[in-house]
Amino acid sequence: MKKLVILGAGTGGTLIANKLRKKLPSAQWQITIVDKEPDHVYQPGFLFIPFGIYESRQVVKPRKKFIPAGVQYIESVIEKVNPATNIVELANGTQLTYDYLIVATGVDIAPYETPGLAGAEWHKSIFDFYTLEGATRLQTALSNFKEGNLVISIVELPFKCPVAPLEFAFLADSYLRKKGIREKVNIFYTTPLPGAFTKPKATKILGELLEKKGIQLIPDFNIEEVDNSDKKLVSYDGRTVPFDLLTIIPVNMGAEYIGRSGMGDDMNFVPTNKHTLQSVQWENVFVLGDAANIPTSKAGSVVHFAAEILYENFLYAIEGKPLTASFDGHANCFIVTGIGEGTLIDFNYDVEPLPGSFPLPVIGPMKLLKINRLNYLGKMAFKWAYWNLLIKGRHMPISTKMSMSGKETD
Amino acid sequence: MTQRTYAGIAVDVNDEGYFTQSSVWTPEIAKAVATEEGIDLTDRHIAVLNFIREKTAKGEALSLRSIGKSGIVDAKQFYELFPGAPLKKASRIAGIAKPSSCV
Repeated sequence: MKKLVILGAGTGGTLIANKLRKKLPSAQWQITIVDKEPDHVYQPGFLFIPFGIYESRQVVKPRKKFIPAGVQYIESVIEKVNPATNIVELANGTQLTYDYLIVATGVDIAPYETPGLAGAEWHKSIFDFYTLEGATRLQTALSNFKEGNLVISIVELPFKCPVAPLEFAFLADSYLRKKGIREKVNIFYTTPLPGAFTKPKATKILGELLEKKGIQLIPDFNIEEVDNSDKKLVSYDGRTVPFDLLTIIPVNMGAEYIGRSGMGDDMNFVPTNKHTLQSVQWENVFVLGDAANIPTSKAGSVVHFAAEILYENFLYAIEGKPLTASFDGHANCFIVTGIGEGTLIDFNYDVEPLPGSFPLPVIGPMKLLKINRLNYLGKMAFKWAYWNLLIKGRHMPISTKMSMSGKETD
Repeated sequence: MTQRTYAGIAVDVNDEGYFTQSSVWTPEIAKAVATEEGIDLTDRHIAVLNFIREKTAKGEALSLRSIGKSGIVDAKQFYELFPGAPLKKASRIAGIAKPSSCV
């Protein structure tokens, strides 16, 4: 009996467990999946909780519901992996041996990495929306917010879902307008990047959108500390931004056991071949999704596309064949640009987000880098597809590899 | 692509002034580039530049965090050495490509 252990039962782990269980004969392969928490959360939904568009019950379901029959599910914190001896040690005392390991434990926020961030104002006037608790508390704070400075800040790159803080800023603008208090609020957006986004075309379009909505961009802003007593952000170059309400994207780091196991870089991301998705160091270890250090977005769509490639290469690996499936870094993200409106970007390792059209079957074609209602509806419809198709490993009507079809180049 | 002369050596640079070939770099060339950026290079600067070049040669991404943990400078001191936009300035003076972020 061969043993596959999957660490993490989030988007990637659950999806790959479903796909591989269907493929690998139960008589020959034992599959075990480990996660530390009982709830599977629909992370794209966190964005909508602060604005009362979603309630927490809409984004949480029991993990077990999505783990297929024939896969052993263990709920425990992971203590350590010893990749030299192929053993996973769990905090509950269990030791799991494996022939193959898939690391899919994602990333988490690490507010304690920034001086003053996890201080007296944390979850009082400073909130994240990358956890259910943060997003829920922020909902209360926003509904009580009357006037002053609303600051949205990114501490450091890379972080999960790179468009989320922009979407938060756009939704906050809409929300405050609907409440009739927009003119009493200054919205600031601080980022370590030189502009609104990373790549030129999307940066220009999204930067213009911030300006149009009266959201003030503060670029090249690297936070040194959060001053809790004066409620202000301080940058390394001595600039300060005072806040009444701060929504922050803290440093994002890989799981702590990655660090304890000596498997990661200084942010606990696992060095991974960006095309094969195999660990750089260990042949029987594959890395899926945000846990990897590959140079693409940390996002659900990327996990989905990467899982298709990892699946193929895993099957090659166990047959001793060369890993010929190659991941192109494909990402596809709806971006909410206000309540009821959105845009769409589609890109990979080599091609930046471009304008044009995107041939999504059934509801498409969608417009890329153009704002319309259909893109908002696409984003909202995705929740159904996530719970019912994606994590169950069923077919999604979207291509794994990025296509240039419909894209406008210069 | 254009050519500029630093310390008597002709160097190919892109339109933002970043070297297109990092192998031509020497500390003397760096001193001349630094003067353009308004920086008088010290041994401490050179130590940081060497660290940056070594990281880049190994294919590792540069970040404020990794430089801050280099043991040569912390993040605050890195800002003091290369004021304004330290990663961009230091990369240009180190003769490597402009640091890019993936999406």
